[in-house]
Amino acid sequence: MKRVPLHGIMAEFDNPTALVVAIHKTRAAGYRVMDAYSPFPIEEVSEALHIHDRLLPILVFFGGLAGCIGGFGLATWTSMIDYPINVGGRPLLSWPSFLPITFETCVLLAAVTCVLGLLGLNGLPMPYHPVFNVPQFALASREKFFLCIEATDPQFHRQETRRFLETLAPLSVAEVEN
Amino acid sequence: MSEPVRSTRFDLAPDHVLHRIQGAALVVGGLGIIGCVIGIFAAREAFFHAYIVSYMFFLGLGLGSMALLMLQYITGGAWGAVIRRILESATRTLPLMAVLFLPIAFGLTHLYEWARPDEVAHDAALQHKALYLNVPFFLGRAVFYFVAWITTAYFLNRWSLQQDAAADPRLTRRLEMLSRGGLLLYALTISFATMDWGMSLEPHWFSTIYGVIFMGGQGLSTFAFVIPMAALLADRPPFSRIITPTQFHDLGKLMLAFVMLWAYFAFSQYLIIWSGNLPEEIPFYLARTRGGWEWVGIVLMVVHFVLPFLVLLSRDLKRHARAVSIVALALIGARFVDLFWMLRPAVAPEGFAIHWLDPTVAAAIGGIWLWLYVSQLKTRPVLPLNDPAIPREA
Repeated sequence: MKRVPLHGIMAEFDNPTALVVAIHKTRAAGYRVMDAYSPFPIEEVSEALHIHDRLLPILVFFGGLAGCIGGFGLATWTSMIDYPINVGGRPLLSWPSFLPITFETCVLLAAVTCVLGLLGLNGLPMPYHPVFNVPQFALASREKFFLCIEATDPQFHRQETRRFLETLAPLSVAEVEN
Repeated sequence: MSEPVRSTRFDLAPDHVLHRIQGAALVVGGLGIIGCVIGIFAAREAFFHAYIVSYMFFLGLGLGSMALLMLQYITGGAWGAVIRRILESATRTLPLMAVLFLPIAFGLTHLYEWARPDEVAHDAALQHKALYLNVPFFLGRAVFYFVAWITTAYFLNRWSLQQDAAADPRLTRRLEMLSRGGLLLYALTISFATMDWGMSLEPHWFSTIYGVIFMGGQGLSTFAFVIPMAALLADRPPFSRIITPTQFHDLGKLMLAFVMLWAYFAFSQYLIIWSGNLPEEIPFYLARTRGGWEWVGIVLMVVHFVLPFLVLLSRDLKRHARAVSIVALALIGARFVDLFWMLRPAVAPEGFAIHWLDPTVAAAIGGIWLWLYVSQLKTRPVLPLNDPAIPREA
């Protein structure tokens, strides 16, 4: 693997609006490989970063589908094959009464897939990430907003990128060591 | 969100397509009324059977709008503030629905078994129920429902208009208090009203969730109507800067929730009656799973739940005003199928059939309703002026 001396260059902002504006300007300047960090979810940030992750909804859909089939299959198997009981003369395949459990297992597997998929696709748990090397970054979970242009961006240049970020009126700009 | 006061009025542009829709609605309604008059003399029974279905749909738009208005006053949210005038205009059609109740009041014997003395004379159960199911009490209850609904709608509209003139927090508070009591009153009155007008078509049968199924249906009808209306308004500035894809996303999510809610209520009733398998409960489903009605039931499951559920899962579709409007219009059709399946087998046991009066009566009531609706929409700014929940222009 090629050794990159820097992870990227990071700018610190005071409020979410400034962060979103900075992302728009950064993309307009041609940078593409960047990430933003904020104490709370900001929908505009995902849009501004052009994050179009279509994988998780698809995973959740198939998780839910598996739950549907599994729940209905379990009820059908237990009451038709494994332990058939005549309940008040009803057919063994009493599908209306299987639907509540089908729905429940659908929701359960969809939710579990969503949580695990979210963690997995984000690469969590992640014991080390270079952004934490910047001392100010401790405030990212409290009150400050960060934008990091990463060194893998083809347009990345140690001095140029730093100068560019300084034009966005940040509170501070710092190099992120790997 | 710090400066809620808006100085510009948002009125309907004079060349907006809604003006042409209003004219067309009047023509359709007029032709429908001519058809209805012919129908009353040519096929009186079929007229009343068709009338109750269409009536319940358009009543549901007014009542569902009123319920959603009150829900939004209690819970807040931009989704409800941007459609407030669309909903308020629908609640101002409730007096029309009170007038349109008169044909039902005069045609009770054509619809309700319990209103025909010769049949009650041979039926011990109906004699027993006559304490509740008798003509004077039935009409008295109807008067009470309409007084309750129109009064609630009157104050919701009045105070909301006053809020346009002055950003008075006391008005907001007052609307919230009214909505709390009003929602409770709505839940009770709609339960009894649907029991009177719908469930008593089969006076031997009963279901405690019947009114709730109609409530869910009214909520869904309302979203299915509001979304295309909002899309028509949002086709140009300044509305398009306020009613953004975010708003359509929210409305679409709520419509999806009501699709699921309706399926949940409808299935709950089915599962309980199916499990109980009691002779006094099952006739409802026996009548609806024979003589062609079983196919209507299957179509209903597909168009009222499976298809809209699957397409509304898509985030992109919900954010696309035109796409989500098409789904909404299809759901209005599904609502008609649902009401048709719920109400018609009760009075026409001979099997599934569509009479020429079914579309005619729907056109008559719908045309007049839509004409009145647009004329009401035009009387006020299309967005409330001093509401803090209105999002700032994008």
